[in-house]
Amino acid sequence: MEIFSFLAEHIEMVYIVILSIFVGVELIEKVPAVLHTPLMSGANAIHGVVIVGAIIVMLHIDVNNTVGMVLGFLAVILGTLNVVGGFVVTDRMLEMFGKKKKK
Amino acid sequence: MNTLLILSYLIGSVTFVVGLKMLSHPDTARKGNLVAAFGMLIAILATIFLYGHHGDDYSTKLLWIFGGIAIGTIAGWITAMRVEMTKMPELVCLFNGMGGACAALIGLMEYGANVGNTMSLATIIAGMIIGSISFSGSIVAFLKLNGTMNKPIRLPYYNIINSIVMVSVIAMAVWVVMTGQPESMAYALFGLAVIYGLLFVFPIGGADMPVVISLLNSFTGLAAAFGGFLYDNQVMLTGGILVGSAGTILTLAMCKAMNRPLSNVIFGAFGGGAAGGAGQDIEGSIKDISIYDTAVLCNYANKVTIVPGYGLAVAQAQHIIHELEKTLEANGVEVKYAIHPVAGRMPGHMNVLLAESNVAYEKLVEMDDINPEFPNTDVVIVVGANDVVNPAAKTDPSSPIFGMPILDVEQAKHIIVNKRSMNAGYAGIDNHLFYNPKTSMLFGDAKDVLTKLVAELKAM
Repeated sequence: MEIFSFLAEHIEMVYIVILSIFVGVELIEKVPAVLHTPLMSGANAIHGVVIVGAIIVMLHIDVNNTVGMVLGFLAVILGTLNVVGGFVVTDRMLEMFGKKKKK
Repeated sequence: MNTLLILSYLIGSVTFVVGLKMLSHPDTARKGNLVAAFGMLIAILATIFLYGHHGDDYSTKLLWIFGGIAIGTIAGWITAMRVEMTKMPELVCLFNGMGGACAALIGLMEYGANVGNTMSLATIIAGMIIGSISFSGSIVAFLKLNGTMNKPIRLPYYNIINSIVMVSVIAMAVWVVMTGQPESMAYALFGLAVIYGLLFVFPIGGADMPVVISLLNSFTGLAAAFGGFLYDNQVMLTGGILVGSAGTILTLAMCKAMNRPLSNVIFGAFGGGAAGGAGQDIEGSIKDISIYDTAVLCNYANKVTIVPGYGLAVAQAQHIIHELEKTLEANGVEVKYAIHPVAGRMPGHMNVLLAESNVAYEKLVEMDDINPEFPNTDVVIVVGANDVVNPAAKTDPSSPIFGMPILDVEQAKHIIVNKRSMNAGYAGIDNHLFYNPKTSMLFGDAKDVLTKLVAELKAM
């Protein structure tokens, strides 16, 4: 079976997946409800890591492939929006909590 | 792979874990966000400069990449800085959609070069489909949250239609991957997945959007993780999977706070199940109260508790409610806010909103702490909340919200409920509280009514 040999070839990746699932579950389980929204927003920014994929595509695509270049360019913009917007909006939310504490 | 690159990805992955960990504690949350952002920056820069595989066109490509990053950064930064805090859930949703679209585009670009390699195609297509669903679903969720699309769109037999579309997406994906179809089929599949994303969110009511956003958030994480598999890229894999699993748990936590299984949210059982909630006949009648009488009642009370809900956020009345609190305190009344875990249907959303209008932290009291205080409370003002104060959750086993923890406001001496109309809450069930002899209804738009109430109080 092709799928088994594929998994065997990528066994470290499989380990990462399984362990990361547990880490993710473990991290979130004890969060106070107050922080759910900022946490969701922070996690939202982290999956912006998909931009790394967009950059990789851009690096190995042929410059003369106009459609590809345009799509890649778009993907980089969208990924950056996700990352930058995500982190900034999370920071603004958490800023509110900080402000409150000082008073 | 370059050693420095591997190291950068390791740093990136670790900062994501540490960042998420810190984000889950109030004291370290803000720093945690910055830690993760820092790791992201390293991962991005390392990819641009150390990834290799670039030929003579490297400088041209750098120009394009940095151009894209510049545009995205400026646009993202400005939108995120300018948005009002009430609109923040829909912005998070929009950014999530952008990430999904990014994953989908990567799939489209990679497809052509990988035809013939079944496992790579499977990874590419899986990432693309999930990314597309997350993209179009997020756009619909965004439109619903900002009010452009304010009614659930339910096609006849929508559950059947949605299932058929979902099955066709999967069937087509399997066919495309197994037979290595030409690129045009990947585009067709992309279109079909986008349509499924639309149909998936269309029938879900606006109040459930936070759960949907959280779910789509974990979808995008999953899409990023597939990208990680494709490129053997550890940082994409860890980041994506972490968000995927954390997002799933968060989604379930939100559902649990509402006492509803996730399937209930997605398949919209509330529309049909509402009739079951009318199991008990309601006795008694509704009593109106004027703004003047409310002002008198509050002014001569010792202790007033405000119960804010989704309606408060919708009416953007969070600033005026703080004004009310200050006015009452100036007259010697003790004021507190009772925060239900799912107030605003977005856990923590109410805290963020009230914090933005400078309400002091210690005034926001969580449900378990405030409930014992209600018997000594003179006046409870319920603003735009409904289901979280519905006693049916305790007394009526046939009610759809039976078992959900509620704020015991009916133990207070007087209850004033501000609502726009007598329409049932989002759960579609009647609220016995409104018929309680101690309850008075103050009808009208929250912002409007509260403004008049504050003016009345100041005149006293």
